[in-house]
Amino acid sequence: MATQLDDARIIEFDVRTDEMLVNMGPQHPSTHGVLRLVLRTDGEIVSEVEPHLGYLHRCAEKIGENLTPRQWIPYTDRMDYLAGMNMNLGWSLCVEKLIEHDLSEKAKHLRVIIAEMGRIASHLVGMGAYGLDLGTFSPFLYAFREREKILDLFEEACGARLTYSYLTPGGATADLPNGWLQKCSAFLDQFEPVIQEYHALLTTNAIFVKRTAAIGVMSGEMAVDYGCTGPVLRGSGVDYDLRRDGEERYTEMYDGYAFEVIVQKEGHYPKDHDYPAIPKEAVLGDCWHRFYVRMLEVVQAVDLVRQAIDRYSTASGDWGVPIKLTHKLPKGEVYLETEAPRGQMGFYLVSDGNAIPWRVRARSSCFCNLSVTSELCRGCLIADVPAIVGSLDVVMGEIDR
Amino acid sequence: MSGQNLVERLSKRFGDKITGSNLEAIDPWIEVSPDGIAEVCEYLRDDAELRLNLLNCITGVDYFMADPKKAAKAGWEPHTEVVYHLSSTLNKHSLVLKVILPRWKDGVEGELPEVLSVSGVYNTANWHEREVYDLSGVRFVGHPNLRRILCPEDWVGYPLRKDYEMPLEYHGIRGR
Amino acid sequence: MAEFFHTTCSLPTPLAYLVAAIIHCVLIIHVVAVGALIFIWLERKVSGRIQDRLGPTRVGGAFGWLQTLADGIKLIAKEDITPKDADWMLFKAAPYVGFAASYCAYIALPFSDGWVAQHMNTAVFFILAVLGIEVFSPILAGYASGSKWSLFGAMREAAQVVSYEVPLGMCVVVPCMICGTLNLVTIGNQQAGLFTNWLAFNDPFTFVVAVVYFTCATASVNRAPFDLAEAESELVAGFHTEYSGLRWSFFFMAEYGSMFLVSGLAAILFFGGWNGPIPIFQVLGWSESDGVLLYLARLGGCLNFLLKGTIGVVVMMWVRWTLPRLRIDQVMTTCLKYCVPIAAFGFLGALFWQVNELPTSNDLPGIGINRFEARESWVIEADQQRASRAAAVTPSPSDVPIGPIGSVEFDRVEALVMTGGAR
Repeated sequence: MATQLDDARIIEFDVRTDEMLVNMGPQHPSTHGVLRLVLRTDGEIVSEVEPHLGYLHRCAEKIGENLTPRQWIPYTDRMDYLAGMNMNLGWSLCVEKLIEHDLSEKAKHLRVIIAEMGRIASHLVGMGAYGLDLGTFSPFLYAFREREKILDLFEEACGARLTYSYLTPGGATADLPNGWLQKCSAFLDQFEPVIQEYHALLTTNAIFVKRTAAIGVMSGEMAVDYGCTGPVLRGSGVDYDLRRDGEERYTEMYDGYAFEVIVQKEGHYPKDHDYPAIPKEAVLGDCWHRFYVRMLEVVQAVDLVRQAIDRYSTASGDWGVPIKLTHKLPKGEVYLETEAPRGQMGFYLVSDGNAIPWRVRARSSCFCNLSVTSELCRGCLIADVPAIVGSLDVVMGEIDR
Repeated sequence: MSGQNLVERLSKRFGDKITGSNLEAIDPWIEVSPDGIAEVCEYLRDDAELRLNLLNCITGVDYFMADPKKAAKAGWEPHTEVVYHLSSTLNKHSLVLKVILPRWKDGVEGELPEVLSVSGVYNTANWHEREVYDLSGVRFVGHPNLRRILCPEDWVGYPLRKDYEMPLEYHGIRGR
Repeated sequence: MAEFFHTTCSLPTPLAYLVAAIIHCVLIIHVVAVGALIFIWLERKVSGRIQDRLGPTRVGGAFGWLQTLADGIKLIAKEDITPKDADWMLFKAAPYVGFAASYCAYIALPFSDGWVAQHMNTAVFFILAVLGIEVFSPILAGYASGSKWSLFGAMREAAQVVSYEVPLGMCVVVPCMICGTLNLVTIGNQQAGLFTNWLAFNDPFTFVVAVVYFTCATASVNRAPFDLAEAESELVAGFHTEYSGLRWSFFFMAEYGSMFLVSGLAAILFFGGWNGPIPIFQVLGWSESDGVLLYLARLGGCLNFLLKGTIGVVVMMWVRWTLPRLRIDQVMTTCLKYCVPIAAFGFLGALFWQVNELPTSNDLPGIGINRFEARESWVIEADQQRASRAAAVTPSPSDVPIGPIGSVEFDRVEALVMTGGAR
């Protein structure tokens, strides 16, 4: 018998507990759509997470090979359906880069207003849904209350509330209606104090901090290595924002705007607005910081929209006329990335000289952001899985395309 | 660093693994041979001057024209390209690399063309290569887990190839 | 009540008891079921208001009064599904176990002075014991469902509820110690008078204990932020993932039943029970009269008690719709590292206070009643017997009372419990 006890394998077998394979999703309340995570768990501890994608694959790239760029605009709406305006913008800029179409000042400022409003709307959902992931329902509705007002504004501008198809190659489908700017500033004035409410409900809430601080910590190098972009990258302390560091064609939209990239430097975030102190439990690159960067970007976006409204009302030129539906594209290939709310949204367009592109490709920010999940979730608790996936703020429409 | 300088430097270092370049294009690109892409990427990532540490995107582009009349006018032989978009979060610049492959390995229909995987250099390439494999049909040699990612695992064909035809039926669901 | 049927209606004794029992059961099941209906409606309204929306507005008039009833009808109409992999017998039984436990505990819960289905000397003990059985329901449900998510919920429930019983029990001991009884009616009556006489305000330690009790009670009935067993965003719906229709709604009835039960228990143990903040009925003299006036006084007390219990439930709702959920390890930490030591400290502190006879709010002149005059009749009787015996026999040092609580000799207490106490 002694020999048996000496055998390490037998002892290990005796004390080992069984592992369990659990399917989280695709119909799980906290996987943000139809993401499927296969968890290998030992009790409450998750030893391995394997994401499975493709439940929302709609062949957008294949469709893009059969439509002209303007016709493909509605398909970009349906990628990141929470920030359709930013998707429109990314594709429009990409096409404009190929046909070398330059916009008037006015059209650029219009795009800044719309893109930043879209960013606010998108981050509001990200924030509210993150609350849901952590088991609190109220912030979600508080966020949607404000988002609805933005959607009302968008509806007035383009007639749609979710799939806008508003910004197109060449400018926008229509100018902003009369009185829209006043309504927009009124909204911003009303919205700014509400942000403090969100901070009270979530950012500084003791339980929220406990659930997010030092959870899913990702170093800056790791974030870059996995191709994470947007708030996820900046939440890890990497100072990179395409609105400042991107391509000329994109950054010129933001020329002359006063804004600082939201990233922690020497333990501080840029102080352009009152914001709550960073809790001492929080580590750079954890879920809390990713959430916090988003919250500060909302403040930043409010500021940018205010500046854009001022510039737009005094700018010369027109709002930009869309290119013809069957505009013949020059031969060539372009790639352009923009800073969408969830990260860098890239479009790659190959043209063989026809009106219909030879190949289109959408580089999805969430696709890369999500790929880090299995690394971050290793060894966490089951309750941390929604917390980590939620902090990456993925939209499956964009991942599966 | 200007484009010409970079091409020269890479050619000097990697010899015939740098097979060409186009510096006049809107996004200038450098062509790399399929077996050299991983070491070129590693060099570009680690070089102090370049620091191209972010792999933005990998795209598979299929060049094939079914109509022989059009194919004659196309100006290229049928082939497949894999396009790598790199950028640097530190030096704020970007670079495009291309690998040009035959449509089928050794001209045998059904045998996927092969290129070295860069997933060991950039972790983000892991999923991107899976996607290119899934949709464009390129085999990445050395990839740790080369499975379909967007399509179901038992899907037949590579949808973004120009000669792809939707299956008539998939598990009892009408395709066409 | 059995005596009433026996003497007035001249029913044979067993039948009289049966009739009395049925009446009590019917009354209590209405309290639980109607209570659940009202609380679910209230939860919807409260959460609606907290979330800046209206909640139900249409069914049954302006405030959606009948929304829960409509939902109930819908639930009855739904198909009752048992998964193929489920252990069907346990699966079907589990909701009833929970509901029965929650419902049974009401037997010992007094709604007003003397308004209790079964007057028990050990009511506190009985309620805690029966509430402890309720944990079987989620565990059985989770185990029998044959679903991994349900199993997770069940394991969490087991770990959490069993742990929280420890501090909960410690907190409950404190009022029992101060009042010297486990009888809830007596504990309630000892807090008559101004609100300063409530046990929560007896001394600083009891107040702390009251807060800890409420926290633990929230956890033991699985309400947010401790609702790990059904944690929606993690475990889909936890132990009741696989349930549907009426069977599922039984879990809810049990949950709301227990919520009111622990709130009611908090009201009796710490917040004066059926005694209002200002003793109107005592000032008017109704509570000492009899007939209709006494009945009215008790009815007022009952309303008082229901109001206090409801306030407790509303606070639980308020917390639920405001806070995020804790993680399982944080829940256990809260229990073992905070609640247990604080409860133990509170218990020792309150004990210290009593032993040293430090001033309590009960000593304030002119308000409230002397706690020791409101004790159970058999204790007072025993005191009198002891006094008369002491008058007859020369007191020996061992007979000298060491305090009001320990003034009855052990054997006598035992004898009294055997005879009078057991009724």
